[in-house]
Amino acid sequence: MSRTASTTEGRTSQALLIAAAMIFLAFFLLLPLVAVFTEAFKQGIGAFGQAVMHPDAWAAIRLTLLIAAISVPLNVVFGVAASWAITKFHFPGRHLLITFIDLPFSVSPVVSGLIFVLLFGAHGLLGPWLAEHDIKIIFAVPGIVLATVFITFPFVARELIPLMQEQGKDDEEAAISLGANGWQTFWHVTLPNIRWGLLYGVLLCNARAMGEFGAVSVVSGHIRGETNTMPLHVEILYNEYDFVGAFAVASLLAALALVTLIAKSILEWRFDLHHGGAVH
Amino acid sequence: MIKVQNITKHFGAFAALYGVDLEVQPGEFIALLGPSGSGKTTLLRIIAGLEFQDGGQVLFNDEDVSSRSVGERQVGFVFQHYALFRHMTVAENVAFGLSVRKGKNRPTKAAIRARAEELLRLVQLEGLGHRYPGQLSGGQRQRVALARALAIEPKLLLLDEPFGALDAKVRKDLRRWLKDLHTQMGLTSIFVTHDQEEALELADRVVVMDHGRIDQAGTPEQVYMEPATPFVSHFVGETNLLPGGLHVRPHDLEIVTDGGDPVVVDNLFRKGGFWRVEGKLAGSDTVIELDLDASLPPPALGTTIFIRPRRSKTFPQTGVSP
Repeated sequence: MSRTASTTEGRTSQALLIAAAMIFLAFFLLLPLVAVFTEAFKQGIGAFGQAVMHPDAWAAIRLTLLIAAISVPLNVVFGVAASWAITKFHFPGRHLLITFIDLPFSVSPVVSGLIFVLLFGAHGLLGPWLAEHDIKIIFAVPGIVLATVFITFPFVARELIPLMQEQGKDDEEAAISLGANGWQTFWHVTLPNIRWGLLYGVLLCNARAMGEFGAVSVVSGHIRGETNTMPLHVEILYNEYDFVGAFAVASLLAALALVTLIAKSILEWRFDLHHGGAVH
Repeated sequence: MIKVQNITKHFGAFAALYGVDLEVQPGEFIALLGPSGSGKTTLLRIIAGLEFQDGGQVLFNDEDVSSRSVGERQVGFVFQHYALFRHMTVAENVAFGLSVRKGKNRPTKAAIRARAEELLRLVQLEGLGHRYPGQLSGGQRQRVALARALAIEPKLLLLDEPFGALDAKVRKDLRRWLKDLHTQMGLTSIFVTHDQEEALELADRVVVMDHGRIDQAGTPEQVYMEPATPFVSHFVGETNLLPGGLHVRPHDLEIVTDGGDPVVVDNLFRKGGFWRVEGKLAGSDTVIELDLDASLPPPALGTTIFIRPRRSKTFPQTGVSP
């Protein structure tokens, strides 16, 4: 009797919890997503197309793609190098490096942006020298790239470090004992072992690189058609009461998020398949 | 010939090896036997070139190879957990050592494939070349790891706990098979184990290690019958410690009617062809184990028997090591 009662009670609270989670998700995630697309297409597909094809919007899209195209590959290289160093070698300062990798996550993006302004801005540490040599970093594309690289640095490394730690270095040692050099070992052994994790990290890194607002906002200078990325452009349009324009560009970002989520799920599924199937 | 001279190794503050010397003759099958933390795996990895010593030398045929990398030493290394490349087929795994060679040292693709097939035949895995490591059993994986290590025609085969991750039956079969392979191919092999039975059964010579030192290196017979230290006596085979510092094997104790030490029997079970009798020396907590011929009636539980060693060993200053 008591067992049945407790099971029933268990079922009830389970249902309640699930319902609460679902309502929460619907209210805070699904509803806004639907709202973004509804607003974007409120005045028809023509208005949406016009808003997206507007030269300023188009410039923002191009700039965003450019920033991602530069910062994601850079962080793939940095992330893989850092994870490799941390997991395959023991050296002094290893733990400090792990802590530093998390820094961009723990610091407010606005502060991250300010760091670069303080370093490279007109009144910054290197400002006078840069002005002398006619190099523009702040309020220009290089500044946005720097801020984005900084913000998105942890994604690849954070994904790879636990994975590589778990895999250990037996495979690499086996490869070098068979005569492979460092590059062959990386290319034929390490990279295939981490490929799904790496792709996953790249995906998250890319999503953030395209979506970053705070840090980029500080260093960009908001010059229309020149230093506005998509998120910044959305804000400008919104502040100008151009709702269709704002939501049209926003819907592109939201679509990117959805694609990222789908790709992420597919990767997770493949990752489990390979991971679970091959170990022990 | 492999010669290890005065090897020391520290990991931070922990001393893994203190001045270890060892010589291995061509064709020998050597077991490095010891508990965990005895330094046996570290020694194996230093011989391989996967780890580098702080002091001392490693010589291959009188040539100092201490500064050479594992790839340059041309040794075959078999890892405890196989370390097979999981995204490559079995045949690709076996061929790896040949396919990463450069320029004219690399055989043709056809030659590499033929060699991989030959090795798979050698380890009795013919026809499984297209499979992935994840589709093989533990014993099969271990044999793939062995074939992969043999592909580079190593001067020396090193195996780290080669049977550690296998179940008892597979372990026994694989042991015998490895011993045959070693003889048949004329290999020089060193393997690490913490299992004394394995070491005694397989090796030509057993090197017993404890706390970063070699306590004794000798034939299984010597190590078992003439242990050099109390540690060896306890670690290799079972040993009773009788009053007066006598170390006695369970099968070297007999029941006598006159004299002898009194033992109260508290446990009794059959162990193969023997009765294993367990008890305590009367009036003390010293556990005594003895093996009696199973054809004789065993003593009853709770009774007192009198025992005397047929054969024993004493060590000067027992238990007091500098």
